Amino acid sequence: MADALHGAHTEPAGRVSPPVIEPGHSFESVTDSISAIVLTHQPTRGWWVGLGIGFLLFCGLILSLFKLVTVGTGIWGNNVPVAWAFDIINFVWWIGIGHAGTLISAILLLFRQQWRTSINRFAEAMTLFAVASAAIYPLFHTGRPWLAAFWLFPYPNTMGLWPQFRSPLIWDVFAVSTYATVSAMFWFVGLIPDLATLRDRATGRVSRFIYGALALGWRGSAMHWHRYETAYLLLAGLSTPLVLSVHTVVSFDFAVSQLPGWHATVFPPYFVAGAIYSGFAMVLTLAIPLRKFYKLEGFITMRHIHNMAKVMLVTGLIVCYGYMNEAFFAWYSGNQFEQYMMMNRMAGPYAVFYWTLIAINAVMVQAFWFRRIRDNVGLLFVLALLVNVGMWLERFVIIVTSLHRDFLPSSWDMYTPTRWDFTMFFGTIGLFICLLFLFIRFLPMISIFEMRTLVPEAEVREDELEGL
Amino acid sequence: MIYGLVAEFDEPTTLVGAARRAYAAGYRKMDAYSPIPIEGLHEELGFHSTRLPLIVLIGGLVGLCAGYGLEYWSSVIAYPMNIGGRPLHSWPSFIPVAFETTILGAALSAVLGMLALNGLPEPYHPIFNAPRFRMASRHAFFLCIESKDAQFDRDATEAFLKSLQPQEVTEVDW
Repeated sequence: MADALHGAHTEPAGRVSPPVIEPGHSFESVTDSISAIVLTHQPTRGWWVGLGIGFLLFCGLILSLFKLVTVGTGIWGNNVPVAWAFDIINFVWWIGIGHAGTLISAILLLFRQQWRTSINRFAEAMTLFAVASAAIYPLFHTGRPWLAAFWLFPYPNTMGLWPQFRSPLIWDVFAVSTYATVSAMFWFVGLIPDLATLRDRATGRVSRFIYGALALGWRGSAMHWHRYETAYLLLAGLSTPLVLSVHTVVSFDFAVSQLPGWHATVFPPYFVAGAIYSGFAMVLTLAIPLRKFYKLEGFITMRHIHNMAKVMLVTGLIVCYGYMNEAFFAWYSGNQFEQYMMMNRMAGPYAVFYWTLIAINAVMVQAFWFRRIRDNVGLLFVLALLVNVGMWLERFVIIVTSLHRDFLPSSWDMYTPTRWDFTMFFGTIGLFICLLFLFIRFLPMISIFEMRTLVPEAEVREDELEGL
Repeated sequence: MIYGLVAEFDEPTTLVGAARRAYAAGYRKMDAYSPIPIEGLHEELGFHSTRLPLIVLIGGLVGLCAGYGLEYWSSVIAYPMNIGGRPLHSWPSFIPVAFETTILGAALSAVLGMLALNGLPEPYHPIFNAPRFRMASRHAFFLCIESKDAQFDRDATEAFLKSLQPQEVTEVDW
């Protein structure tokens, strides 16, 4: 943060990377241009259209949740043997997307990756909104969410029942709720100095009061900053193992079972890499239009775009290794159920989904090797969208193809999602869009105080202070 | 009543220099305000490093004991059940939840501890009466010598602050 390196960074090849902030920015210009998005710019027509689309989809979510609690989970397509379908597919997909936000805000902070600064705020917001969308599924897949409290959380109830702590599903409850709490705190703590900036710059009475209340009276005192930075660094250090544990525990939901296709030791690292891969795809999907429409090219530079594409390449290759590993062990196990599961994935009724995901996640991802492609922002946007689709298909394939033909051929069946499955899924996308649009309207989407630490004047010139 | 005298600077370097000189001149009850975190500035002002890491460690350990204790008590004492022939105290299965509650306890104590030690939320503070203090969250750097300092003298301290070549020196009231 404050002691971060400055200036352009030289790559091993001798090529100079684009800077993390456009030259010529000062404390004033950084503060004014980012806070102006919230304080002075009126919402554009594009903003209203985006929010409107999100809101329409969100209405679908409300409708399908109403239908769900009045009728029951029978409105969904899942039924034995595919007892788990869209609820867990979409849960894993959303949670995975959220992981990139924590990676950017925590892991890249610990590695002193200065380029994280302009993208960490909205990536963290994306994490929160993705976790909110994900959380709807475990809550509502119970069919009776008002009873979920005693199914999911340990509390003294009159029946004397306690959750089963040997079950990965309970581990998941603790992992995801801790993750949601810590991510929300991390995000809010990061916002405090910026809320103070908005409080001091807002002109309206109401906005000054609201930002002032949220800023908690922050005044930038030296001792406050010292404790603040200590707390922030500790939170980053705590979030790093946390984020790795969350998707590990999510993968345990599958890996701890005895089912061919799920019972694999590669699942934890393979799921974590897949989560980061899909999360970075979502960050790119959001960052590319945001920097264009809000003219933030000076803050979210080509350096950020390149680095995100490179992270996607690395994590995408780990995911490919996971696919190869699954196929190899299905063959090497010598177990006919494992072998049949893999053959069914590749040539069964859902084979088209399997090969689409391989085409995206194993073949298309190789495009990120080329600098030419990493330079083409429009193309990257399309590729990132496709990665989101590919990672959704991956979860669909892992879950549905493993379940639909299990040990006994007499219980085999096909799974088809219903229109309520789709209404709810697109509804969670609507919720995500709505929250995101409200966020970019009312809160600074780039961390102002951290961007201030990147301008050249932020450096304390020790040589001038010698002898004092 | 006067709270203190505040000098405004335009750069972190000049603020750090001013803090160093003020400490050398014997001033102790003072504080610096900046729009960015400045490493080591609290030491220039004579503050010690925070105890926050210790609080976080304790919070994490409390979370660990609470999580594991809950699992042990509910699975062994309150609601013993035979699950696939596993022992009631199946400690390997208890690790993930205990890990998560450790992180939760530590993270909660990091955030709440930071706020509590900083005395936040604190809606009113006299420094906000400084006329240009709104700029402290944009580009201005301030050093305030408080009137409760033993060496504080309305005129001598003002002359001292002016000798640090600030942009401006102003009086702040309670």
